[in-house]
Amino acid sequence: MSFLGKLSIEAVPYHEPIVMVTLGVVAVLGLVIAGLITKFKAWGPLWRDWITSIDHKRLGIMYILLALIMLMRGFADAIMMRTQLAAATNGAEGYLPPEHYDQIFTAHGVIMIIFMAMPFMVGLMNIIVPLQIGARDVAFPFLNNLSFWLTAGGAILINLSLGVGEFAKTGWVAYPPLAGLEYSPGVGVDYYIWALQISGLGTLLTGVNFLVTVFKMRAPGMKLMQMPIFTWTCTWGNILIAASFPILTAVLAMLTLDRYLDFHFFTNDLGGNSMMYINLFWAWGHPEVYILVLPAFGIFSEIISTFTAKRLFGYKSMVYASGAIAILGFIVWLHHFFTMGSSANVNAFFGIMTMVIAVPTGVKLFNWLFTMYRGRLTITTPVLWTLGFMVTFTIGGMTGVLLAIPGADYVLHNSLFLIAHFHNTIIGGAVFGYLAGFAYWFPKAMGFKLDEKTGKAAFWCWQIGFMLAFMPLYVLGFLGMTRRLNHTDNPDWNIWLYIAAFGAFVIAAGIFFQLLQLFISFKNKEALKDTTGDPWNGHTLEWSTASPPQYYNFAVIPHIKDIDAWTDMKERGEAYQKPEKYAPIHMPKNTSAGFFMSMSFTVMCFALIWHIWWLAAVGFIAGIAVFIKRCYTSDVDYYVQVDEVETIEAEHLSANAKGVNA
Amino acid sequence: MSIRNLSKLALATIVLLLAGCSGGVLDPKGQVGIEEKNLIILCTILMLIVVIPVIVLTLYFAWKYRASRDFEVYTPKWAHSTKIEATVWSIPILIIIALGIITWQSTHALDPYAPLEDKGEHMTVEVVSLNWKWLFIYPEQGIATVNELVIPANKPVSFKITSEGTMNSFFIPQLGSQIYSMAGMETQLHLIADEPGTYKGISANYSGAGFTGMKFDTIATPTEADFDAWVQKVKSEGGSLTSENFTQLAEDSENHPVTYYSTVSDGLFHEIIMKYMKDHGSMDFYGKPANAATGVKAEAMQHKGHHMGVEE
Repeated sequence: MSFLGKLSIEAVPYHEPIVMVTLGVVAVLGLVIAGLITKFKAWGPLWRDWITSIDHKRLGIMYILLALIMLMRGFADAIMMRTQLAAATNGAEGYLPPEHYDQIFTAHGVIMIIFMAMPFMVGLMNIIVPLQIGARDVAFPFLNNLSFWLTAGGAILINLSLGVGEFAKTGWVAYPPLAGLEYSPGVGVDYYIWALQISGLGTLLTGVNFLVTVFKMRAPGMKLMQMPIFTWTCTWGNILIAASFPILTAVLAMLTLDRYLDFHFFTNDLGGNSMMYINLFWAWGHPEVYILVLPAFGIFSEIISTFTAKRLFGYKSMVYASGAIAILGFIVWLHHFFTMGSSANVNAFFGIMTMVIAVPTGVKLFNWLFTMYRGRLTITTPVLWTLGFMVTFTIGGMTGVLLAIPGADYVLHNSLFLIAHFHNTIIGGAVFGYLAGFAYWFPKAMGFKLDEKTGKAAFWCWQIGFMLAFMPLYVLGFLGMTRRLNHTDNPDWNIWLYIAAFGAFVIAAGIFFQLLQLFISFKNKEALKDTTGDPWNGHTLEWSTASPPQYYNFAVIPHIKDIDAWTDMKERGEAYQKPEKYAPIHMPKNTSAGFFMSMSFTVMCFALIWHIWWLAAVGFIAGIAVFIKRCYTSDVDYYVQVDEVETIEAEHLSANAKGVNA
Repeated sequence: MSIRNLSKLALATIVLLLAGCSGGVLDPKGQVGIEEKNLIILCTILMLIVVIPVIVLTLYFAWKYRASRDFEVYTPKWAHSTKIEATVWSIPILIIIALGIITWQSTHALDPYAPLEDKGEHMTVEVVSLNWKWLFIYPEQGIATVNELVIPANKPVSFKITSEGTMNSFFIPQLGSQIYSMAGMETQLHLIADEPGTYKGISANYSGAGFTGMKFDTIATPTEADFDAWVQKVKSEGGSLTSENFTQLAEDSENHPVTYYSTVSDGLFHEIIMKYMKDHGSMDFYGKPANAATGVKAEAMQHKGHHMGVEE
């Protein structure tokens, strides 16, 4: 074994024009950004205020930035797949041979779920949850920074696979025996394993961190059943994270042992059994989709109640319904493989349990309806996303129940009907929710509102593009087209494949408008400035702070008496009141430990992928060393002095002196 | 806005109706597939009872209670109604109870492992997925084919399915259910073609680079005599398939041409399943049947094809 393990210059796909052009564009963009940072002398602030920041709001912004970048990457994969399938009809080969195409659909799935949806959700949760419960930060701010950089480490690895080596050609589920050493001897599956492991660790730590935050750091007076609904749905999501991510870690560890140390958990021979992997993978994988969608449900609830200027209908029902979804989400995993040959009793049980989830989900939809009932609905961009969700997701839910019936699944399993279904729920549910939350909380995080016109244009492109891209896939599923085909030769399918490809371009226009919206809003940020901190006349505590919030969030921790705490304070006349005196505020200090630890572990993972054992040892030891050093650092906190608090608060109060807008 | 959304919904509905046209799972040619199609339609209608009102009410409420209609009733603090809550919980519960009963019954009726009732004696075909082609062994006829499956119409077929390596899914959309093929295990499927014809067969589970080409034609002959004639043709044209040249066949190949084998070495299917068990010495879970050619197996295996720890 050479000094660099399996790594050599041959690992760079320099003979692949598509890959090399992509890498070239990325390199140029990277240089431009680096140049701009240098020009504006921003390296210092970037390091001090962002990379080493333990402020939950800044970490949240970085998560969302990561999610948006990964959205572009994942979407580029999607466009390539759709154009390949539109081009490769009637027996034509298309422009992507299986060697490429199989990596692309694998990367698309992994990136969209693990590196787009998860960071987006975690980012919104980071920015909002501590503010909603009246806390000054999360329970473990350093851990929060570490979590972010672990996630970023995973993202770095998966993107590295584009230019160094290859990514897995197994589909995003990486089922053995295909993902085993015998059938996937390359480094692709190893990239998959380590990218998921390192980011999964970050997610698990985030889940634990936010559970502790919510259980231990709520403002005085806030009972559990008074937490804002978004915080509640995030909490259910975090319970699922804490319970399910260890399963992913374990199953990937077993696959790692199979691939590295000649174990036989999932191999065909020597008593291995791939069915075990498939069960364990989905024991994580199914809760995972509820981790994604539950917080989105919370976002819709907040938006509907804010923009109808009305209390959320059936708050308790909403909390219990979310809990029911979370718990039931754990006992339905087998519906991902009814076709494995389980007995009718087993299949029927899991089918019926899956359907039961439709009950609390249906209740939620009705409760959103009755929140609109006798309200005053202002149709803003976040509301459009919400209405679009309610229509789209209902269809996705229906097709989901259909797939939960084993008899129907026997013919629809793995077909494009399934692909249409889960995009219908993940885009129509989770992504619409995050984009709604993005528009809703953007002024809170950044201090100015987003341009409405481009925001609405983005929504309509997404909504119509979604229908065009995915409704044809339902049809193709019924026509017998299975997933992951590289090319087709059935003339009946062509028209639907063309429509789907066209729909993908309409979604691309939606993404373009989203970027244009950011650009225009940044340009007009003075005009769009949110001076009050409460641009939508909100119900919950995040709107009591300035926009962007004071870095310590709350000068004085409020006492909570109602579910809609901020509305309650505004009505009682307690809002915007200067307290008699301020006290010094205890705050954590920024630290580079999280960044260095994560990067060391990322190096370790890279070395493990390429079998560079000495480098793996170096990375591991460096990471642990940084951690130990951090453990012995006592200079981790400081006090914000009263005069500084007074200056900052006076500004916020004077901005609202003209009168409370309740 | 509401009109645009409604038209989208209408479009989606038309789209779904169009889907019934030809060639897919909504155009079934066998009893299993027909029952599954009816199940899909019935359950979809049941669900539409909730789905359509939700969509219509969403758009209606959004329109009716928009801010500019300030003459509508406005109740900012109204957030609970026991009556409404009871209704919104009970409607989905009732529908799910109905769907649950349908699911329980249909799952048992459509159990892929259960032989088809009242259809007479089943013919056995042993199916092996290979990288990247399908091998069909006809133990009763003593022949084998690659990438072409021929059965008589109106004759129920009992498929015994395994894989030589990666996992695939054996699926003929117009005949009905699919089942995974897994190495070292046997899964089962029972299908029938009600009409003669040629139906596309595929692998419905991705298995690597050549997966797209894992296609085969399923030819349902009009009569058993036609089937017998085809068997004779295979017997006169084909070579022989032995354990030795099976190894050659098992090597990776893409878009493999249709191939006939006039003879098959005794118990080849069993051998393929047991291949991965050899290192276990005497752990012969699948107990080679007395007469491998007829595919008769111990009763215990009928439903537990993939439970490797099954007691013998």
